[in-house]
Amino acid sequence: MNVGTGPRRAQQPPLPEPTAWHEVSLTVNGEPVAAQVESRLLLSDLLRQRLGLTGTHVGCEHGVCGACTVLMDGVPVRSCLTLAVQAAGADVRTVEGLAGDGEPLGPVQRAFHEQHGMQCGFCTPGFVMTCTALTGRAERPDEETVADELSGHLCRCTGYQNIRAAVRQALDESFGPQEAE
Amino acid sequence: MKPGPFDYIAPAALPEALRLLSDTERDGKVLAGGQSLIPMLNMRLARPELLVDITRIPELDRLGVDADGALRIGASVRQSTVAADPAVRAGWPLLAAAVERIGHPQIRNRGTVCGSLVHHDPAAELPAVALALDARFTVARAGGSRTVPAGDFFRGTFTTDVEPEEIVTEAVVPPLRAGTGWAFRELAQRRGDFAAVGLAVLLRADGAAVGSARLVYCGVGGTPVRVPEAEQALVGREFGAASRSDAARAVGAVLDPPGDVHASARWRREAAEVLLARALTEAWERTT
Repeated sequence: MNVGTGPRRAQQPPLPEPTAWHEVSLTVNGEPVAAQVESRLLLSDLLRQRLGLTGTHVGCEHGVCGACTVLMDGVPVRSCLTLAVQAAGADVRTVEGLAGDGEPLGPVQRAFHEQHGMQCGFCTPGFVMTCTALTGRAERPDEETVADELSGHLCRCTGYQNIRAAVRQALDESFGPQEAE
Repeated sequence: MKPGPFDYIAPAALPEALRLLSDTERDGKVLAGGQSLIPMLNMRLARPELLVDITRIPELDRLGVDADGALRIGASVRQSTVAADPAVRAGWPLLAAAVERIGHPQIRNRGTVCGSLVHHDPAAELPAVALALDARFTVARAGGSRTVPAGDFFRGTFTTDVEPEEIVTEAVVPPLRAGTGWAFRELAQRRGDFAAVGLAVLLRADGAAVGSARLVYCGVGGTPVRVPEAEQALVGREFGAASRSDAARAVGAVLDPPGDVHASARWRREAAEVLLARALTEAWERTT
């Protein structure tokens, strides 16, 4: 993302307000980030508005839709239900941390592409990050676990079948084909 | 949908957190996982002046079994940690099953068990389970702490015995007697939604008869609702269709559930009876 040494500086906040400010350091997609944040700044808004990482989408802002899901220390969490100050010291991964423009797609990205696991794409970053965490597990998660994990995401286009197929393909690639049940 | 302004402090030790909360100048609120509080902040249903984040206090992050065999769950232990813990799954399967019905995995990765208990949403699973398992809470304040049994803890909708300047530092869950059967059932419109009705059951067998029974509902009142009348319809009798339907009748007669946009009172009462029959059968099969 940046060239040179030291942590990437976040943009200065737009409007100073008379409340508490915090100097936070965290890792975003492998890069150190330092930012001055207001207490009330959500992690989703730090990512999108201050770091320009608009791949993380914001849908409902109360934890229902799952579009804003990012990985925090390896596990999927709602970035709209996490304050930026709570992420101090954390390792955050967003959809921008996957293969970028011009690079070969990663296994999860490729699976969503090949299985047509999206239509409008609004919910996709959330699904992709949850699926990324599933493929990173020590053992292949069973179908019930997959369904439970995906239940944390709303998609209003696909009817979910192709998303299930994409997750299955990504898991097959990570853990080998599933044995017949 | 952005929170109003507030101050935020993440103390490294419990006395500092308690001192901050006892400051009467500012309206302070405890922040742990934030999965109930932050939606309320986002919607500005809550407007605290100070959030005291307790997740950086090492002593509150403990999960383990003590010398008396009781499970001790520290205030900042995440729901997903509790549900995945082998000792919890083996010794407190009712608790593990109920935790897995909270929200979605992405929520449970941040949300805490103690936070859900203190938040005390009437539809929440854990208060009913805490009451069924005779849990107790360690409640700390500047200069001391006290122990509150689950029976005295849940006061009303979103209200517990905990004062604003206090912190629940741990939930203590006694061991289940060997051979106890259990079940947790709930009805929600979709997986992860708030339950319209939920039920925790504990049964002990005495030969072909029921030796003891504990039935606690969530979602049917401001607090978890235990139904002793239905328990008495089961105890001392042979377990079967007759005692099950007597218990269901007692539930229907005693429960006075609210009606709202999710379900009418009548639907909740009928659902409570249906859940009871299913949960009793499941719990009985697990008795040994």
